[in-house]
Amino acid sequence: MRGRFRILLGAAAGVGKTYRMLQEGRQAATEGVDVVIGYLEPHDRPETAALAEGLETLPRRRVEHQGVTLEELDTEALVRRAPELALIDELAHTNAPGSVNPKRYMDIEVVLDAGVDVISTVNVQHLESLNDTVFELTGVRVRETFPDRILDAADEVVLVDLAPEELQERLRAGKVYPKSRVETALENFFRTENLGSLRQLALRELSEDLEARRETRVLDRDAQQAILERILVLVTPQPSSQRLLRRAWRSAQRLGADIDVLYVRRAGATLPEEQTVALAALRRLAQILGAHFLEEESDDLIATVRATVIDRGTTYVYLGTPERRRLEEALHGAFLSRLIEALPGVDLRIAADRGRRRELGP
Amino acid sequence: MRLRRRHPARAAEGAPRLLVPFAGGHLDPAVLDAALRIARADGAVFVPAYLIIVPFSIALDSPLTHEVEVALPLLEAVELRAQNAGVPVDARLERGRSLRDALRRLWDVERFDRILLPVSADERAGFDERDVAWILMHAPTETLALRPASGSVRERVAP
Repeated sequence: MRGRFRILLGAAAGVGKTYRMLQEGRQAATEGVDVVIGYLEPHDRPETAALAEGLETLPRRRVEHQGVTLEELDTEALVRRAPELALIDELAHTNAPGSVNPKRYMDIEVVLDAGVDVISTVNVQHLESLNDTVFELTGVRVRETFPDRILDAADEVVLVDLAPEELQERLRAGKVYPKSRVETALENFFRTENLGSLRQLALRELSEDLEARRETRVLDRDAQQAILERILVLVTPQPSSQRLLRRAWRSAQRLGADIDVLYVRRAGATLPEEQTVALAALRRLAQILGAHFLEEESDDLIATVRATVIDRGTTYVYLGTPERRRLEEALHGAFLSRLIEALPGVDLRIAADRGRRRELGP
Repeated sequence: MRLRRRHPARAAEGAPRLLVPFAGGHLDPAVLDAALRIARADGAVFVPAYLIIVPFSIALDSPLTHEVEVALPLLEAVELRAQNAGVPVDARLERGRSLRDALRRLWDVERFDRILLPVSADERAGFDERDVAWILMHAPTETLALRPASGSVRERVAP
């Protein structure tokens, strides 16, 4: 049986996620649960390190990379040790090159599959769907991201909250970063308005998560799978894609579905300015509509759509009327036939241009 | 007899773009007609832009379900009328903390060759005189302010 997964979500570094994780671990150990620290980022914080004392800590896996020794979670050893509860910090972390899994959340999935309960931590800025938003709010492009489905699949998501002013106080007191880094941090990422926006994002994410759980709790997993819809809209940088996305949104409202928007750019292709602007406008529209915008580079549109459908759990693909390219059809077969063949079990909807209804005649 | 296939209106590459911003669930049909006439005469792309005001209590990047429910049917009705008139159309939904802010955000990132501004004393139906003064000062391109026909402010383009 898969282990239970609890995520401690914070707005920024220093709000106390790791501390809370250790407190919960200690409490569980007091109650007789077999607890192991799988990976801990003490961040040179003495209070955190003190709280870890007395809990069994799994030795880290050491990886040599370009002359530097890096330390990672030893997933294999943790699964072998098979505790009842593992504490694993920073789920969005990128593992050292050469690791079995590129990301730590993947290691966590292995541990959960082995039947071990896991408590982990993450900041909201790492959530994939919020990457653009966080960039717009803070000017910082977060490189270490994790897919939303990880948050969705967690059994519990708990917000570890701290008011921006209190966090800044902790920062000034040297409880988050070494004193030499405090001023720079306060002038950049840890500005009050940044922290306020990130806190708002974390609260919103949690409330959406709670709302989704309330709606689906009554159904078992298989039944949910049978009725939940997720729409993927295939767009191009053309005005017609604005219409397509808006129409898909209306369908999504009726179906209670989430929307992903996919633009596949030909590998190495550079868009003319007009299309670059149109693409940016599509991104803005997607944001207003609460859709997730995905951009992929590939020469194989159908394979990319298929991979996205699998990754996002899409049940419904929305596209505009494809342009007929006779040569391509002669060589590879009709685009729609190939798409249908590539997406078994997925509904396809081809949205027509309503303006052309007049061609039907009176 | 050979049937001629009619394709939807398509803009020539680099065609001029006529922006018509509006808000509040209204667009004066007289403004729409004027915009379509001008766009057709200029060979321009008609860009109706529905502007959404996001209150400060809500993050600017929040999904705006309620406002979108009001905006979409109207925007689609406007689009359909443009298509029926044979005018290429490229609609937008934009947002900001005020009408001016939303408009500025739009023209900061997109090229427009002319702006047609529906003016109204009723702020739900268009831009008031302070907005117009600001836009005339700051717009990056030629701006036409169009007064509504008498009594037509409340008339809607039916979604």
